[in-house]
Amino acid sequence: MIVSRGFRGRRRKGPPDRVPPGQYLTDDFPVLSAGPTPHTPLEDWTFSIHGGAEPLRWSWEELHALPSETVTVDIHCVTRWSKLDTVWEGVSVDTLLEAVEHDASFVVAFCDGGYTTNLPLEDVTDGKAWVAFGYGGEPLEPEHGGPARLLVPHLYFWKSAKWVRGLSLRDDDEPGFWETNGYHLRGDPWLEQRYWGD
Amino acid sequence: MPGAPWLAAEVAGTVEETPRVRTLTLGAPGWPGHHAGQHLDVRLTAEDGYQAQRSYSIASAPEDGVQLTVERLDDGEVSPYLVDEAREGDRIEIRGPIGRYFVWEASDPTPLLLVAGGSGVVPLMSMTRHRAAAGGRAPVKLVYSSRRLEDVIYRSELEELAARGDGFEVVHTLTREQPEGWTGYSRRIDPELLGEVAWPAAERPRVYVCGSTRFVDAAADGLITLGYEPQSIRTERFGATGS
Amino acid sequence: METRDLRLDGNAIGGLLLEVFGLDLTAAPSVCGSCGSRQEVARLDVYVNAPGVVVRCCRCQAVMMRIVQGRGRTWLDLSGTGCLELGELG
Repeated sequence: MIVSRGFRGRRRKGPPDRVPPGQYLTDDFPVLSAGPTPHTPLEDWTFSIHGGAEPLRWSWEELHALPSETVTVDIHCVTRWSKLDTVWEGVSVDTLLEAVEHDASFVVAFCDGGYTTNLPLEDVTDGKAWVAFGYGGEPLEPEHGGPARLLVPHLYFWKSAKWVRGLSLRDDDEPGFWETNGYHLRGDPWLEQRYWGD
Repeated sequence: MPGAPWLAAEVAGTVEETPRVRTLTLGAPGWPGHHAGQHLDVRLTAEDGYQAQRSYSIASAPEDGVQLTVERLDDGEVSPYLVDEAREGDRIEIRGPIGRYFVWEASDPTPLLLVAGGSGVVPLMSMTRHRAAAGGRAPVKLVYSSRRLEDVIYRSELEELAARGDGFEVVHTLTREQPEGWTGYSRRIDPELLGEVAWPAAERPRVYVCGSTRFVDAAADGLITLGYEPQSIRTERFGATGS
Repeated sequence: METRDLRLDGNAIGGLLLEVFGLDLTAAPSVCGSCGSRQEVARLDVYVNAPGVVVRCCRCQAVMMRIVQGRGRTWLDLSGTGCLELGELG
């Protein structure tokens, strides 16, 4: 192994009680993308929940009529950056699921552009997940998943699906876009569950 | 895993090209040589084992060893090291040469149009230097977009090559700021500018475009508007983000 | 930075493909499994700012390849590529 004198990279380590193993702190907000940024006009935008007793759908206005909250959370990307104290505004997934009768154990989030990610139901309930439409006090920008993305900060950020359009309630765990290609089914950063077999 | 091995390389010399751009000459025993337009991957390892890796176009002619020209990206992981820190004797790892599509041989007599956006000029400079070193006969037009005069890389070398009168021409456009008395282009490349400086599509030149995605898409679309066949335009897009 | 600049082309993964396949595939003809478009790998749309590399058809944007590397392993999905031509070029 050849060490390059004086090379350190830009990474910053952070307090171990805030920054999971193998992560570095960032001040900016890196944009990650697996494809072109979708642009669904708000008048056409809906959020749906399938797989319950009846399908449900909210328009943009209807989503905003629901009680929303502002939360400050740390986020951790599997590409090793972590960002502390990020501020988001959105509707809790609990609020949305209250409207649905179901006995599902898993969900799959589906998005404009075709991205999907899977989660156990308990990882999106009890105050752990939101449909977020605001970041840093401003409307969520398209490059960061606007108009709305899923926000599940206790898991690696690939689970916080950008351009989310709904949740599919399921009895079984159906691996999504990254989970079918090497990434861990659950993705807990504190257990460093990055890849298959971790 | 199969594939190209990493080679140890040593920085043999550096040249400050512009305030943000530097050329490094590398010594790499075992380097197999390259074709004009190819790139290589650079890997840096920190003392604690942390590694970062990026691709850089080779600036030198195949006749002249390995030189990289690197632009410092403000939030870069590797470029700040190569531009600001690395000095003679420092060691890095390289892999390559890489690329069989964005390559040009001086034996090709077809008229050549090179369109460069910022540091996208680097692989096109390799082609230009190769033509000079090998005595290539193809007429060449280089259309080179930079922000300001001080950002033009290889400026005096390009002037000198154009002054030889052997079929190599350079047209600059400065998009942000122009010096007093500037009579050249002062806007981003568009179909009208290309129409004025490039060959008519009917001459069927070979085209190489290199720069950021936005630059390359605009230039390629502009040429297609002028009637160029899409298949005659070869493109290479540089990332601006530290990926 | 424009988000459009996050899209690169197949030149950007020449080294990765060399590592995975042992071949320089930048000039290799490929066929999109969705729309049938035939392009050299260098012409395909490539996204590298992601948990993995995603290669998309430059015509229809369908995913043609996904490549993830981690813990010394590589996960490769070519199911969106109808055909990839390997071998010496003239």
